[in-house]
Amino acid sequence: MNVPNTLTATPMTNGNPMQDYPAVVTEITEDAVAVATYMLAFQDVDVGQQFNFSAGQFNMILLPGIGEVPISISSDPGTPQSLGHTIRYAGNVTSAIARLQTGDIVGLRGPYGSHWPMDKAIGQDICIVTGGIGLAPLRPAIYEIINKRDDYGQVILLYGARTSADMLYTDEFDTWQNHDIQVHTTIDRAEEGWSGHVGVVPMLFYHLRLDPANTLVLTCGPEIMMRFVIYEALARRIPRENIYVSMERNMKCGVGFCGHCQIGPKFMCKEGPVLSFAQFEPFFGVEDF
Amino acid sequence: MPDLTPNIGAHVSIEKSSLQQVLDVLKTMGYSLVGPTLGEGAIVYDDIDGIDDLPRGWTDRQDAATYQLQKRGDDSYFGYVVGPQSWKKYLYPPSYRLGTVERKNGSYSSTPNDEEAPRYALIGVRACELKAITIQDNVFLGGDYQAPCYKSRRQSAFVLAVNCTEPGGTCFCTSMDAGPQVGPGFDLALTELDDVFVVEIGSDIARHVMSEIPWQPSGAFELQAARRAIASAETRMGRQLDTSDLPDLLYNNLDHPRWDDVAQRCLSCTNCTLVCPTCFCSDVLEISDLTGQKVDRVRVWDSCFSLEFSHVHGGNIRPATRSRYRQWLTHKFASWIDQFGSSGCVGCGRCITWCPVGIDVTEEVAAIRMEGPQQ
Ligand SMILES: Cc1cc2nc3c(=O)[nH]c(=O)nc-3n(C[C@H](O)[C@H](O)[C@H](O)COP(=O)(O)OP(=O)(O)OC[C@H]3O[C@@H](n4cnc5c(N)ncnc54)[C@H](O)[C@@H]3O)c2cc1C
Ligand code: SF4
Ligand code: SF4
Ligand code: FES
Repeated sequence: MNVPNTLTATPMTNGNPMQDYPAVVTEITEDAVAVATYMLAFQDVDVGQQFNFSAGQFNMILLPGIGEVPISISSDPGTPQSLGHTIRYAGNVTSAIARLQTGDIVGLRGPYGSHWPMDKAIGQDICIVTGGIGLAPLRPAIYEIINKRDDYGQVILLYGARTSADMLYTDEFDTWQNHDIQVHTTIDRAEEGWSGHVGVVPMLFYHLRLDPANTLVLTCGPEIMMRFVIYEALARRIPRENIYVSMERNMKCGVGFCGHCQIGPKFMCKEGPVLSFAQFEPFFGVEDF
Repeated sequence: MPDLTPNIGAHVSIEKSSLQQVLDVLKTMGYSLVGPTLGEGAIVYDDIDGIDDLPRGWTDRQDAATYQLQKRGDDSYFGYVVGPQSWKKYLYPPSYRLGTVERKNGSYSSTPNDEEAPRYALIGVRACELKAITIQDNVFLGGDYQAPCYKSRRQSAFVLAVNCTEPGGTCFCTSMDAGPQVGPGFDLALTELDDVFVVEIGSDIARHVMSEIPWQPSGAFELQAARRAIASAETRMGRQLDTSDLPDLLYNNLDHPRWDDVAQRCLSCTNCTLVCPTCFCSDVLEISDLTGQKVDRVRVWDSCFSLEFSHVHGGNIRPATRSRYRQWLTHKFASWIDQFGSSGCVGCGRCITWCPVGIDVTEEVAAIRMEGPQQ
């Protein structure tokens, strides 16, 4: 087996930046309809030990012969030896991932991209706003907040899904609340037995009391949702520099070579996927850009 | 035979036939010679053996959607400009095996392609093309990550450049600050005069090569003739492009009606991106053997004009030709500057010549400029 021992933390710069490393599926947890979390561990212990990531970064997962896809890391940045990836079955590659079983091996490389501003958020309030699978890239941020709960002020999670069955990590909500994270959920249409909100996520803003100058908004979800989140945040006078979004684009390389992930001047795999609204306001919402 | 080795920066003159000796020395040094030669109806880059393979006495008439080879009526070796191909086909091959993944009985191994890279001597690199190479250097070597395939080919390449003395009908390198005089980065740079080549020495390897060739220090007359020929080329560019206010001009006009106009004409055929010497987008193909246990991962050129290019689950980011053309033009002339500190266009004119419907980037930028920002 040829596993060059060149994987360093962030970013991986030595040798071949697109070299994948075998990783074993150690655990699979079904989270929601057509969504499961895959825990992966590098087969080579040395590679695993060198791997570190920051909340919001992603890996490329390779199923040889089928394809390679960018997937956010959804687990605790404090324990990078076991890497969680929460995956929604969408097309070719993700359907093949759906057929994986524990013990199977995939190719893994990363971590790539920018991360949530957890340092900048120290001493600040945090408002996390997500829809559907968008919670996955934000879960590492929640772990980080819990690991260092005293570093942060008020923390609020606004989370929406199509139906209650589409909601991720519901059995962790109690833990989060026990760590003084307010969890507000909403679903698109009323359901029997649902006692939370009904409606789109940005509406949840109406229930909040925020300290705009000292709040960071972290958002990930469908682009249309993020557009309204930004709108609501700006309307509450949260500065553009404090509103962070994670953008999704087609990605083939993760390292700035393939050109697929550009939005205007930014490569989403390098300067993104996490960007402040101030960084790319002129290009956000331009139709088909 | 002079026993002196010329210095870097020196200009020397050689008999035109001595170019063969230069090529011979490069061959004995282990370089594979690649250069311009007559292909099917065009000048193409291919393996060459010597100066007899060069398109001596030929020129190319170029205009929007027009390319024609013609006899010159003289014996110039480099009396044409650029054909459809660029050197990226050697430094950044259209198809390249990144590595191979093998799976057997539950084991998994991934081996990068470690074949030795060919050592190319690129013969007849024009000013715009050398600039394009330095632009791709920025893409593949200039950031946090370096592309191994490009790096090995690039670092071992020998660049024999040629100053342009006769620009083509779609050339606008002067506007893009990319020619007609060859900029930094060459090993040798030739200027073709009637009876000699004036040769500028650009590197230590080039000094070594020249130490084996009969040369004379260039005389004042030759130097002046060379300078004049280049200066005259500068005034005879087929096209021009006003680069003032770029990138803002385009960023401020992302909703300009001209995008609809060009989308009516553009076929989304991808020709422009394939012929462009700086375009670098790629895709990765997974090619399995019959057992499915061994998979070659092959990087291939891709184009922002294809629909799949921007595919994400649930749709394409740029479904219409309008948004794809806008992506290409704003990347070349605007976002490239933010990304890499220079324009992504060197004014070689290939995209104009090889566009089947004759779309002309200089005209498109000018139209947006003339019609002004829209409300
Ligand atoms: C930074 C980033 C983080 C992501 N994190 C997650 C995550 O945590 N969980 C999750 O379920 N999904 C995530 N995605 C989306 C995921 O990459 C796509 O769902 C996946 O690529 C779809 O591939 P497919 O072959 O199953 O689908 P198909 O529709 O068959 O796609 C074919 C090809 O298109 C490309 N493609 C399709 N959709 C996307 C997309 N949305 N983004 C990028 N490329 C795409 C891929 O190259 C794929 O191989 C993320 C995307 C990005 C860019
Ligand atoms: S955009 Fe056109 S003119 Fe400019 S470098 Fe590319 S092919 Fe040449
Ligand atoms: S501009 Fe011309 S060459 Fe480029 S995709 Fe459109 S039709 Fe093809
Ligand atoms: S994913 Fe290839 S350039 Fe960003």
